[in-house]
Amino acid sequence: MNSLDPAMTTNGVGVAPDPPYDYAPYRSTHLRAPKMPLQRLPAGAADRYGPVFGPFPIGPTDNDLTAGQPGAPLGERIIVAGRLLDQAGKPVRQQLVEIWQANAAGRYWHQMDRHPAPLDPNFTGAGRCLTDDDGRYRFVTVKPGAYPWQNHAKAFRPAHIHFSVFGTSFVERLVTQMYFPGDPLLEIDPIFQSVRDRAAAERLVSKLDLSTTMDNWALGYTFDIIVGGRAATPPDP
Amino acid sequence: MRGDQLPRGTPGGATPSQTAGPFVSIGTAWAAGRDLAQEGDPGSIVLTGTVLDGAGAPVTDAMLEFWQADRNGRFPATPATTWTGFARVLTDEKGRYRLTTCRPGPVSSTNPDLVEAPHIDISIFARGLLQRLITRAYFDDEPSNKEDPVLGSLAPDLRPRLLARCSSGSLPVAANALPMYHFDIHLQGDQETVFFAPW
Repeated sequence: MNSLDPAMTTNGVGVAPDPPYDYAPYRSTHLRAPKMPLQRLPAGAADRYGPVFGPFPIGPTDNDLTAGQPGAPLGERIIVAGRLLDQAGKPVRQQLVEIWQANAAGRYWHQMDRHPAPLDPNFTGAGRCLTDDDGRYRFVTVKPGAYPWQNHAKAFRPAHIHFSVFGTSFVERLVTQMYFPGDPLLEIDPIFQSVRDRAAAERLVSKLDLSTTMDNWALGYTFDIIVGGRAATPPDP
Repeated sequence: MRGDQLPRGTPGGATPSQTAGPFVSIGTAWAAGRDLAQEGDPGSIVLTGTVLDGAGAPVTDAMLEFWQADRNGRFPATPATTWTGFARVLTDEKGRYRLTTCRPGPVSSTNPDLVEAPHIDISIFARGLLQRLITRAYFDDEPSNKEDPVLGSLAPDLRPRLLARCSSGSLPVAANALPMYHFDIHLQGDQETVFFAPW
């Protein structure tokens, strides 16, 4: 049987930083986390090394979540910027970064979000861009609000922005969440806490950054994303 | 001066995965629903199915991403090619997905002894999944499945769980209808789908 336990697997660099599928404090895992061990693909399988996302059109203002509506959204305007890097620290160039988030009141522009906080007609909460040749991305948005969810009594998610990134290969595909520094909700959030390696969890927390901040306009936060932690080098064929 | 003084990346520490959450469609729907083949193209097929949780309930808030070789078994060499081999589909209110695509050819790899039977890679992202899940859909009418190294590495009772089943033979369909392959994804249960580590 060619199987492995993801939590115990090393790749020559260290224990994989990803959270386990089965994490009881996060209730939605109960009926969705697979129970069987993961299987291993054969070394050299071609699928794993190709690019995965094509030349979809990205508009010049798609990285500005405060634009494109009749008025400015409510809330605290912020800049979120960083670099998309591979495991060797090399920039991932011209690849897609997508984000989505709640508005400043903690409400998503989604019919299934029933939180009784106001929608903002000037904020849908989606953005995207391609990284530049140095792996950099940059978004203008508003700081999302915390919001309650049904996981347990008095459960509130810490403010976060969802990120979806493509590396240069299938193994580097990553969906994650960015948090804000100093948020007291992080200590009691099952999703953040599902990353059992504390140092790895800290990499999900952005940093206030004055070099990204624009004077008299918006605070800046940096969030670098490093993909491919489980594939430092392709295995020998 | 923004951006010029960003800290350099720190090799050795990957960013961990987090769940895509229930509202993944907000950020990803713009690029979803584009097929990899047209219905009129010769050799086109439909891959369709339902994503189900451990209670048998449909997973209505999932994002599926497909990655496959072309008819000749080749993956696109550069991101700039017109045919990308990549598609994204959001499950509907009944947990269903549907992709019109071409049937891929057998796939060679960097290992000349390793030829894989035609298959489509599928990544699943959803609320309750702290990382994506990865599986493969093979074709139940494909003779070369018998030599496939991935299927061969599995316990015999698990192999059928990776087979997409062609329904054209059992249903009354129009003469020009595309071959339709059914592949349900069971996140849990006694028919739990076989999932793979990404590396």
